[in-house]
Amino acid sequence: MIRVELPPHLRTLAKVGAEVQLEVAAPVTVNSVLDALEAGYPMLRGTIRDRGTLKRRDFMRFFACQRDLSLEPADAPLPEAVAKGTEPLLVVGAIAGG
Amino acid sequence: MARVRVLVGTRKGLFILTADGKRQNWKIHGPHFAGWEIYHAKGSPADPNRIYVSQSTGWHGQVVQRSNDGGKTWETVDNKFAYDGVPETHQWYDGTPHPWEFKRVWHFEPSLRDPDTVYAGVEDAALFKTTDGGKSWAELSGLRTHRTGSQWTPGAGGLCLHTIIEDQQNPKRLFTAISAAGAFRSDDGGKTWKTITKGLNSKYIPDPTAEIGHCVHRIALHPSKPDTVFMQKHWDVMRTDNAGDQWHEVSGNLPTDFGFCIDVHAHDPETVYVVPITSDQQHFVMDGKLRVYRSKTGGNEWQALTKGLPQKDCYVDVLRDAMAVDKLDKCGVYFGTTGGQVYGSADAGNTWKALAMNLPSVLSVEVQTLK
Repeated sequence: MIRVELPPHLRTLAKVGAEVQLEVAAPVTVNSVLDALEAGYPMLRGTIRDRGTLKRRDFMRFFACQRDLSLEPADAPLPEAVAKGTEPLLVVGAIAGG
Repeated sequence: MARVRVLVGTRKGLFILTADGKRQNWKIHGPHFAGWEIYHAKGSPADPNRIYVSQSTGWHGQVVQRSNDGGKTWETVDNKFAYDGVPETHQWYDGTPHPWEFKRVWHFEPSLRDPDTVYAGVEDAALFKTTDGGKSWAELSGLRTHRTGSQWTPGAGGLCLHTIIEDQQNPKRLFTAISAAGAFRSDDGGKTWKTITKGLNSKYIPDPTAEIGHCVHRIALHPSKPDTVFMQKHWDVMRTDNAGDQWHEVSGNLPTDFGFCIDVHAHDPETVYVVPITSDQQHFVMDGKLRVYRSKTGGNEWQALTKGLPQKDCYVDVLRDAMAVDKLDKCGVYFGTTGGQVYGSADAGNTWKALAMNLPSVLSVEVQTLK
């Protein structure tokens, strides 16, 4: 199972805890994880990436294994620890706003 | 006994204020959607239990919430606002072409006749419609693709479609207003549109009487007299008596005719309310005094309403969607401030009371009169 940790607003919106677990077929990428996340939680569509272009929203970041993966291609394989479920993919709201 | 429900959209959530028909004792419910910006929330005139809410943040974009039980419970509905066809460009601040990009919903206008039909005014300016209670949205693209659309330019707040009015007597007639493009009317249910800006005079654009470019902040009308429309423009309070074909100024004796909100008394189409704001450079009320101005003559002659409102050291603004009226026998008037206060009057503005004092900055106020 792939583990995804969501920021607080999205936990409230999806009515879930800090972490959700998802079945994701290989290859495990940001896009395939988000596809599975949005399929399971349709209310999250558009809140992490654009509904039309699927581009990451400006103030969202993807971290895993102490690395910032936000600028990596969304179809690049995620670290093996994420694919194995030993480490979560962190969906993080960037520092912004007041 | 009748009841009143006030929907207050703020920078950090939705608050629902309720009272019985006397409107003396108020309860504050919320925040709903805490931490999110609520640009607008509005109930359906056809089913007051049905409420639509525009919820957004810079992080997560647009979410649309719907309640079927008067705000007790909520469900998300579709948030896909896709422009029809290949969106072309409008004019950017520097005069260059800029692609149309959806940013947020500024205003929901539930249909007068059907709770599942709602119009949405969005930034970048376009009009969308749902006929299935928000499960899907389709653009009424005749407005955005109007022959002037490529020349529309955003105001400081963005290129937003913020006002939508459905004519109660003529279901085919719609009015919309866009900052900073102007005002528009459709007589065929939103398929085609015409500019209704003749008579507007805006010194902040190169040609003050141009067809477009006027920063219309808000328009309002009384359902029984839909050809008479009032407008609070960037500067100037205006009136038309032929559905926008020709406007004339009715600012009269207002201390300043800059402002954002405007509304019409529920039972008297000639009684109008505005909150004058110092200037386009100073977005707060004049002289530290929070004053609503009422005209009982359809404009020109205005009276300051101050009883119960702060008359010193007050420097708040009242935004375009932050005033509303109820439909009780003695018309109630409500408005919210950027300082987080919500004021209400149960006697058509003669006296005021703070219904809430310390909410987040108020973006919108709507009222439902419940039986």
